[in-house]
Order: sequence, then C-alpha cells, then structure tokens
Amino acid sequence: AEAAELRARLRAVRHTVLVLSGKGGVGKSTFSALLAHGLAADESRQVALLDIDICGPSIPKMMGLEGEQVHQSGSGWSPVYVEENLGVMSVGFLLSSPDDAVIWRGPKKNGLIKQFLRDVDWGEVDYLIVDTPPGTSDEHLSIVQYLSATHIDGAVIVTTPQEVSLQDVRKEINFCRKVKLPIIGVVENMSGFVCPKCKNESQIFPPTTGGAEKMCQNLNVSLLGKVPLDPQIGKSCDRGQSFLAEAPESPATLSYRNIIQRIQEYCEQHHFQEEKIM
Amino acid sequence: LAERTNLAGVRHILLVLSGKGGVGKSTISTELALALRSAGKRVGILDVDLCGPSIPRMLRVQDSAVHQCDSGWVPVLVGQDKALALMSIGFLLERPDEAVVWRGPKKNALIKQFVTDVAWGDLDFLIVDTPPGTSDEHISTVEALRPFQLLGAVLVTTPQ
Repeated sequence: AEAAELRARLRAVRHTVLVLSGKGGVGKSTFSALLAHGLAADESRQVALLDIDICGPSIPKMMGLEGEQVHQSGSGWSPVYVEENLGVMSVGFLLSSPDDAVIWRGPKKNGLIKQFLRDVDWGEVDYLIVDTPPGTSDEHLSIVQYLSATHIDGAVIVTTPQEVSLQDVRKEINFCRKVKLPIIGVVENMSGFVCPKCKNESQIFPPTTGGAEKMCQNLNVSLLGKVPLDPQIGKSCDRGQSFLAEAPESPATLSYRNIIQRIQEYCEQHHFQEEKIM
Repeated sequence: LAERTNLAGVRHILLVLSGKGGVGKSTISTELALALRSAGKRVGILDVDLCGPSIPRMLRVQDSAVHQCDSGWVPVLVGQDKALALMSIGFLLERPDEAVVWRGPKKNALIKQFVTDVAWGDLDFLIVDTPPGTSDEHISTVEALRPFQLLGAVLVTTPQ
C-alpha cells in the first residue's frame, strides 16, 4: 500500500537522476544544484531538486533559498520554487535555524526521506535530481528502495582526482552495482587549476593513481567529464547564485555544460528505448 | 571488565569532527597522531568512518590484517618503531573496494565493539576520526566513550 502511494506520487516524474559519491566534499551538492539550473534553463522543462542530506543540507544555501519554509496544502507539501520551473525540497527548510543540528539515527532519517517522496506535491516533473550525503548507508539504501516505486534513470558519481577520494568512490560504484542502479557516469571535480593571471595549470589534488580517468577505464564506467577548480564556484555557492550564470566564460562552466548535456542525452535515449520496448 | 581494561590505559581521548565532508578530518587526525608521536607520546587512532575509512592508506598500512588476542582485537602497529597503533574497519574488509552498505543499527554495533574491544594497552592519546555528519556513528561513538577520559573534540572546517 505504501509502495502504491509512492508510485502514485512519483508517476508524473519522467526522469530521475541520483547524485552520489562515497567521499564527502567532492562537489555533489554543487553539481546537483548546477545540473538543476542547467536543465531548468529550458523553460518548457519542469525540474525538481530533492536534497536528502539530512545532517548537512547544502542545497538551500546554494540555491539562494535560506530561510524559506515549506508550506502545506491539500495536495501535500509544496516545494520551494527558485524559478517557476525549478522546485526544491530539503530538510534545511524544516529547521528553525540553519545552525540547528539534525542528530538523527538511521530509522528517523529514512522516515523523512519517505515523507519527502510521499508528501511533496512535485506535480509533473521532467527531471527529479536527488542530492545525497556522502557514504553508503541508510539514506542511500532507502532512496534506492523507495524510488523503485518509480524508475531511476541512473546515478552520476562525483569524485576528485586523488586516490583517497577514488578509494571511496570505487565503493560507491560497487554499491550501485549491488543494488542494480545504472551508472550514467563519473564527474571528476577540482581537476586542475588554471591561474587567471599567468594561465599556468596546477594540479591541486594530483591524480597520483591516474585519477577518475584510470578508475573509469578499470571499472568500465563512463567518464562524463572533468571540471577544473574555479574559486568563483565556491563564491557562487555561498551566495546562492548559479555559477553557470555568474561565470559563463569560465572553463569550468564549459565543462559543466558538456556534462549536463551528456546526462540529458543519456536520459532521453534511455526513455526513448523504453518507449520503443513498450 | 574487559571494557574497563581496554581503555583504562588510555590517558586522553580526542574526537576529530566536522559535520562537512572532505575538509580534512582524516588528514588532520593522521598528522596530529604523527606529531604527537614525534613528541614522544604513545598514540592510537580509531577510525570509525565505516563507509569511507581513509586512515589505513594515509599511513600506508592498507594491506594489513588484524588479529585477535584474549582481550580483543590487536591494533595494527605503524612505522619502524611501531609506536602508533591503528584500528579501522578498512582492515576488516575482504576487498578494499567492497562497500560497507550498512544501516544504522549494524554500524552502531560495530562501533561499540571498536570502542570497547580493541586492546590498546597504554596510550597517552587516542584520536578518534569520524565520518561527516551528525548521525549514528557520532551518537554511538560519544555514548560508548562517555565513561572514559574524553578530552574533547577538535572541529575541522574549510573557509567557505
């Protein structure tokens, strides 16, 4: 009955993309926010961004929605809208202060995630993007389980070039395989830094074991792209602005846009194949 | 009784926390441990990041195995002088790429074991490295350590 409830609620969602890592601080939320902005640039498209990082919800700040509250109506919880076609939901909106710690054990976190999926009135959605916390635990198991009521196009896995990150990301790739979650591909963030003055490139996080490229080759997973470090990215996130809009000429913007394009193509192709089968 | 014995010889217990991932908790835990060791202290590190145990690789002991003795698990001794002791779930994985996909209750059980069943011996400092967040691992670790000499927490962040 619960599964039926979830299925009904998520029936009008065309594509679902999970943004995962294994490692913290590699840019999952940043990427989720930019993916949402990038997809929502097409105003005919309805985009939803769900933040299930319950302990460290970054999405409200990154989307410039800090301080917003969730409203309830007859049809459920209303997402907070950044644009008419871009709605957001996060535990951040349920806190009375942004510094309030959510110190919950697994079962309570799972309960909220289920509520997000069951009670939020997303309406018709072309793309549902789900931002996750680092790790392979309750949140990840639960989201995969609850979303089996609909269908997940796949996961985008974010990493940085160094082995300490890749080590955790390989585990995430194995997690995806274990739960039969298709992997759209891997994004390598913080991949080099080009000095705006002398144009010299430095590897701030040297890929001592070949970076995401080698890992993707070894594990037969697609490398969607590499995004260089740009201090403007962090600034835009802190200010709740879209980096893509604030720095359209940055090499990082170009990388992000290419990656977003590839994800879109993957989802559209997938959908087309499904429709063909039906 | 075994519980009291295993942590009774530890003078100070320090937690390294953040909230945010990727800010350098494990790196700082490792460097702090190495600096204390250089200053002649007996140091142990307990890595309770079950999903992303980074410390073994940082100390180049990722291929070590752990053994049990009468009082519990024997920590891995690091370095030429074997003066730094480490326990991490990383040592219990059959393959390093194996994901620990556990829900809270199972994680809590292992953490309790890690806190009470490692035969640390006499240490001046036990540094506990944690995963990002404020959830099961953190609640369980603090609960399990409460009866002992918990010095306090060092919080790590980045500027943004």
